[in-house]
Amino acid sequence: MGIAFPIPDDAILARRDQIIAGLSSLVPPSSLVTTEDERRAFETDALTAYRKMPLAAVLPTTTEEVAAVLRFCHENGVKVVPRGAGTSLAGGAIPQEDAIVLGVGKMAKVLDINFGDRTMRVQAGITNLAISNEVADKRFFYAPDPSSQLACTIAGNIAMNSGGAHCLRYGVTTNNILGVRMVLIDGTIVDIGSDAMDAAGLDLLGLVIGSEGQLGVVTEAVVRILPMAEGARPVLFGFASSEAAGAAVAAIIGAGIIPVAMEFMDKPAIDICEAFAHAGYPTDCEALLIIEVEGSDGEMDAMLARIVAIAKEHGVKTVKESKSAMETALIWKGRKSAFGATGRIADYICMDGTIPTGQLPYVLRRIDEIVKSYGLRVANVFHAGDGNLHPLVLYNCNDPVEAANAEEAGNDILKLCVEVGGCLTGEHGVGIEKRDLMRKQFNEIDLAQQMRVRAAFDPLWLLNPAKVFPLDGRVSA
Amino acid sequence: MSASLFAEDELSATIRKAFADKTPLAIHGANTKAGIGGVVKNAAEISTQGLSGITLHEPAEMVISALAGTPLAEVERRLAAQGQMLPFEPGQWGPLFGAASEATIGGIAATNQSGPRRVTAGACRDSLIGVRFINGKGESVKSGGRVMKNVTGLDLVKLLGGSWGTLGILTEVTFKVLPRPETAVTFTLHGLDDQRAIEAMSAALGSPFDVSAAAHLPSSVERVPMTLLRLEGFHASVAYRFDRLKDLLKRFGPANRIEAEASSVLWKQIGEVTPLSEPRGTALWKISLAPSKAPHFLASIKAQLSARYLLDWGGGLIWFQTDAKSDAGAALIRANLAGTGGHATLIRAPGAIRDAVAIFEPASDALMKLQAAIKASFDPAGILNPGRMAPLL
Repeated sequence: MGIAFPIPDDAILARRDQIIAGLSSLVPPSSLVTTEDERRAFETDALTAYRKMPLAAVLPTTTEEVAAVLRFCHENGVKVVPRGAGTSLAGGAIPQEDAIVLGVGKMAKVLDINFGDRTMRVQAGITNLAISNEVADKRFFYAPDPSSQLACTIAGNIAMNSGGAHCLRYGVTTNNILGVRMVLIDGTIVDIGSDAMDAAGLDLLGLVIGSEGQLGVVTEAVVRILPMAEGARPVLFGFASSEAAGAAVAAIIGAGIIPVAMEFMDKPAIDICEAFAHAGYPTDCEALLIIEVEGSDGEMDAMLARIVAIAKEHGVKTVKESKSAMETALIWKGRKSAFGATGRIADYICMDGTIPTGQLPYVLRRIDEIVKSYGLRVANVFHAGDGNLHPLVLYNCNDPVEAANAEEAGNDILKLCVEVGGCLTGEHGVGIEKRDLMRKQFNEIDLAQQMRVRAAFDPLWLLNPAKVFPLDGRVSA
Repeated sequence: MSASLFAEDELSATIRKAFADKTPLAIHGANTKAGIGGVVKNAAEISTQGLSGITLHEPAEMVISALAGTPLAEVERRLAAQGQMLPFEPGQWGPLFGAASEATIGGIAATNQSGPRRVTAGACRDSLIGVRFINGKGESVKSGGRVMKNVTGLDLVKLLGGSWGTLGILTEVTFKVLPRPETAVTFTLHGLDDQRAIEAMSAALGSPFDVSAAAHLPSSVERVPMTLLRLEGFHASVAYRFDRLKDLLKRFGPANRIEAEASSVLWKQIGEVTPLSEPRGTALWKISLAPSKAPHFLASIKAQLSARYLLDWGGGLIWFQTDAKSDAGAALIRANLAGTGGHATLIRAPGAIRDAVAIFEPASDALMKLQAAIKASFDPAGILNPGRMAPLL
């Protein structure tokens, strides 16, 4: 496969026993993973085509242990790959042979909830869904909802600035975090932000969120919790073409309506998800929009009436409203299982580019052409309101030619996204997957500026070093 | 080449020369906030006002781009014509300093200036999705773009937002925007003290009724204290939510209603701190603190300082006016904020006090060291607004 890893440092590999001995003096035995069998659990993430066995995995239970481990690694020149739940689709948590994995999964407690201030302090290893579950009985929730929310951690969400299906209304991770406790590579513990609505000085919080584990290791976070709407109702809109669905999306926004979610699926994706979830998706349509509205019954009825009227102007074929909580759950189960359901029928590469929504029809047509030119198939699911695409390029991983073609097709799609004014990644992150495409979006000056900022935190490039920035041309402070 | 690109090239050349000569530069848009922050000493003036004009507006994509020197009012007019608005509701702070000029969109971004809707729609930095800027070496750098979901590379957009010209000179900014609501009304409660007002605002903001702004005018600025909750949206929905809010907040007494036009004037005044604008000679603080901690904090400092104030952001923002005497209360205010997670910025004070007092909350040593290293990565010669945010920035 095509993505390069740095050549491991022999001097570090030769010192493995010594490094493990050093680490074992810093954390309890249950926090240190050294046997080959157990380390295997950490050799990849959700980009499973790539695997590298780390020196060891360390799973601290306190911020102070994280600080001790980082200080030790800094003093000994050992690279560190931070890890949440290992659900990165971009390879953000894939280790390298001369690095340790530093996992925050054992730090998963809720530390404080303040409903009046609408904030919650959590340890960073808590899962995204556990945060919402913790406050659900009071009818609050944590807004960003990546499809992996059952497993993914807030630490990983912060590293990748994760999104989800509802960010059209509620924003992404960076809009929903007020503060973090973070350990720098030299072991210094810093508090960035707090439970106040903004922080003094430069916006370090905004910089840290989405920095893919390259600036420090986050061990605690203060998140915003929001009151749930009185009700929420997803509605299925089936269209005869992707163009018609895309035009309807633009018209809805143009009419001043911001639904909480507008999700798009094309015919292959509809079929795959319906076969898996039996959510009642219309399988006689070429394109499906799941549009969710919120509010009281009266408000939802009024809002839906406006949306239906617009959809009709754009030739909608079927409109199907959820009539019960169970149907709502099924509709979202189908959408959120799109990747998993696709995995049942083929191997796939999941792309994550964002495009200006006005380019939707053109880009969908080009994606189809690109994928066909490699002799492959594609299923499209995406967040229509914000232009964040997830083309799933289907292939057979046991066929090396198909696998290479799938990667090439994916790269072509991402270049297309940049060409039309969009970007390489909307919510999954760069990781290793898009690292070598960064020069398509940024010139050398842009990249050098980013790398100098990165080096201000980690001058030796020890934190998650093989990610985000092309391996050649690296810049230090 | 368009005039603005030419201007940007010229600007770049000027910065390159200043970098070579190590000439400090005082950077501004329309200079409406010149009174905020440390005075930049011995500097050549750089204005972005030559870079003006809207460069992109796609209503259906909810995005607008403008050169940094474009007047805020021009951006707002263009959006309003399409039934849209900037989500974070910036205002004009010039009148606080007696400045007649109008803020630029670049100045709003560089100071992360946000108004009442910030409590629910996020700050300026939350809507800022793309920037182009010239760093301290004269290089033109871009970050972010025109799409609202973008995690490609480090988020320098956030870092530049609110950096007060210390990291780069913004040349173009891109914002995501929102539809302008069909109507807005304000729900009012009367006679509440700070504690009760914050309880009412928290109850409202924690309800499903989509309150878009929450402020409190205590007895020092309003004869009978008034707590304000704004509802925005389609007419029928606003009417419904108004009634539900009335039920929810019964225990805080009878409610009144301020209709669309008057409501809009009122919130503009709150965003522009009009009730505390005069007398001009007083000092004005902007204090960020979690709402639940505000009553105790206010009680502590009111006992020792002259105090006129108002609360915005559901109590999470305290605008505090006090006499411009001695340190304008800096030591007392900051001592009472210690350990709370809150911080205070001295927005307005006479020159002698500005010289003597840290304008922005001083950072811990570790965070100051990081910020200085970041500054050096953008501006190695330290020529961009040196000392505006802190001695090392």
